[in-house]
Amino acid sequence: MMKKLPLEQLPAFLKGISETKTLVAPVEKGGQVNFDLWTEDSTLRLDVLKTVKSAKGAFFPQVEDIVHFQMQGKNIDIHPAEVLTEDFVLFGVRACDARSFELLDRVFLSDPTDPFYAARRAHGTVVTLACNRPEETCFCTNFGIDGADPAGDLSAWMTEDTLYFQANTEKGAALVAGLADCDDGEITETQNSIREILNKLPLSNLNLTGFEGDHLKERFDDPRWEELSRGCLGCGTCTFVCPTCQCYDVKDFDSGNGIRRFRCWDSCMFSDFTLMAHGTNRPTQKERFRQRFMHKLVYFPSNNDGIYSCVGCGRCLEKCPQSNHIVNVIKTLGVKEDA
Amino acid sequence: MIVNRLQELLQDDENLQFVGWEKGETPFDRTPKTFTAETLGNLCYDSFCGSNLSKYLLSQKTDKKTVVLLKPCDSYSFNQLCTERRLNRDAYHVIGVGCKGKIDGEKIRKTGIKGILSVREEGETLKIETLYGTTEIPRKDVLLDKCLACKGKEHKCADEVLGESEDTCVGDKYETVAKLEAMTPDERFAFWREELSKCIRCNACRNACPACSCIKCVFDNPNSGVQNKAAADDFEENLFHIIRAYHVAGRCTDCGECSRVCPQGIPLHLLNRKIIRDVNEFYGDYQAGDAIGQRHPLTDFTFEDSEPNAERKGGGK
Amino acid sequence: MSMNREWTPNIVAFCCNWCSYAGADLAGSGRMNYPANVKIIRIPCSCRLNPMFILRAFQRGADGVILCGCHPGDCHYSTGNYYARRRMTVLFSLLDYMGIERGRTRVEWVSAAEGAKFAATMNDFVKTVTELGENKKLGDLRCKK
Repeated sequence: MMKKLPLEQLPAFLKGISETKTLVAPVEKGGQVNFDLWTEDSTLRLDVLKTVKSAKGAFFPQVEDIVHFQMQGKNIDIHPAEVLTEDFVLFGVRACDARSFELLDRVFLSDPTDPFYAARRAHGTVVTLACNRPEETCFCTNFGIDGADPAGDLSAWMTEDTLYFQANTEKGAALVAGLADCDDGEITETQNSIREILNKLPLSNLNLTGFEGDHLKERFDDPRWEELSRGCLGCGTCTFVCPTCQCYDVKDFDSGNGIRRFRCWDSCMFSDFTLMAHGTNRPTQKERFRQRFMHKLVYFPSNNDGIYSCVGCGRCLEKCPQSNHIVNVIKTLGVKEDA
Repeated sequence: MIVNRLQELLQDDENLQFVGWEKGETPFDRTPKTFTAETLGNLCYDSFCGSNLSKYLLSQKTDKKTVVLLKPCDSYSFNQLCTERRLNRDAYHVIGVGCKGKIDGEKIRKTGIKGILSVREEGETLKIETLYGTTEIPRKDVLLDKCLACKGKEHKCADEVLGESEDTCVGDKYETVAKLEAMTPDERFAFWREELSKCIRCNACRNACPACSCIKCVFDNPNSGVQNKAAADDFEENLFHIIRAYHVAGRCTDCGECSRVCPQGIPLHLLNRKIIRDVNEFYGDYQAGDAIGQRHPLTDFTFEDSEPNAERKGGGK
Repeated sequence: MSMNREWTPNIVAFCCNWCSYAGADLAGSGRMNYPANVKIIRIPCSCRLNPMFILRAFQRGADGVILCGCHPGDCHYSTGNYYARRRMTVLFSLLDYMGIERGRTRVEWVSAAEGAKFAATMNDFVKTVTELGENKKLGDLRCKK
């Protein structure tokens, strides 16, 4: 059974949640909209489709402490960082970001499980929101994602005056237990109009043939990587706004009285990515650029039942300083030459 | 017109390569690219070619004579890179292309216009076709921030100039700097903390900056002691941006790429502009990249220079 | 400014090898008083001071940083301090612009014969920084226990 909430009651509803749980939602800070702690004073921006950074930071923050070594005379005390023990709600996630959590799960929840990530997943409730106004940079449809029917613990649809909820898990149902029931059919019109736009998106029909796992060698050796990578600056913008990029580096910080070991997002676009004693095995931007897209379009699917590690959110299309992004790569390399 | 001229150049030397922009997937995508005689037809130059090609030249092969398209502001960076001997002036045929201010796709999106399928310029108006209908917006409202601090329509380095340029500068470019200087230290600190705390350390500002041309940056060098990939503490955000701004002091041409490329919209140019303003005030007017071979104020001195301790309100006068 | 009475500032003084470091030596052998919380780091010339050193000092708990070098005209390497003078002028102004109080950074020219000036400079600088209080803006929280 669906639930509904008049839009003017949304702040009170959010306040109710925030009284018992941490609430993270798209809020505006310094002119940019990102997932951040919601308080009564926050500017909630549910109208913004794409936050600058994706929602993955709620489960996999950019920087997190792992362990702290403290010097005590000649002894070293070891304090492992604590995992999250409190519940939180992640509100207003779009269908693409919701799918990205499933992809991250495949990485962090497969053996050996990442305890920090696992704790956040266990304590987090994901409330998704259908995309009323998809944008020209959206290409989620290519990956079987339906912006009109987002996943998550609780799905939501917004009309002009009402928010409709459909619980998919018990965690989700608990959040909206107090709301009025309504008929499933009330969102059909909204869904239809979303799907109509989704079908009209200019990038809704990308040809992904040629990226299957058995073309690995062929794609890897493609001479066109050279040309494609030439315009790449080697910055990490695409990686850091991406909902599915999951590489991290582990670093030690010497605080003078001990060591803080933390992990932070890393980018394969950086020259010091996976740097080893012998140096780097990706000496030029061509190899680094190739790594990023091979990982998303070839390596990840061949290890994960053919699922691409891209959700088509389009953030990199908007943010790449040189407009040199994954759609260019797909369009340039994607079509089989022998076809 | 530009492509025609480039084709003429090819008749004299068919081995030329061309550095320009190529149209991409979205209406705003203009990717810097190197073209050969065969691909020259894809070269495009229009109001969306905001990126500065001078830095791009550093990553390109130089075995062939290169024809490069530079906007007036890009020519300053080109000169500066030649001064620093990172580029060899003789290896390039510089075509100064006319510029009447470039359009910022991000600004159009920020006005609330979504699902943009095409943008057409009709005089001073942009006709925008979107998934949700057509709309119009005045061109001058959505120019890149760097165009609002235009340094003028003159190409500081060009073998030939094609097209007309226009000075799109609006008001005093030091206005915001002056406003910050007038604040108290705590207010200034709060301002920068709010801005810099948005930083995701993607390094786009550094990598796009034509003055940041070190082959190995200290922040990437494991032996430097300050290598870091993410700001694990507020201090590291400040450190990165202070060092970055200071390292380009005297060399920054105020091309505005740092602020253009920042995914979080941090006004990084305000740091550089402060330094430029100070340098002008303390050591006389200086514009980096004005000509090849200039000696910049921080690699120079006079016996009468002012002392560092002099009390200056907000670092200003 | 109210503060904890026990608090005393940490001061890092970068001294050039040829003049100011010898000046500090003279202050010591002349038994002139200057506060013990001034930590001296010797550098070959005032122009050796990388701005990163200053920031690192602040990161690790310095409340004030002072650079001492030969008087303009007396540089052991002829011109080093002239460059340092320009660099520090621009850097201090930038730090000020970012909200780091002006009083926390200083440059003084101290010759090898000026032991008394060295002591007086340090006394005055410590006084200024003490009035400004603890440096909370440019420190690294991880370095504080």
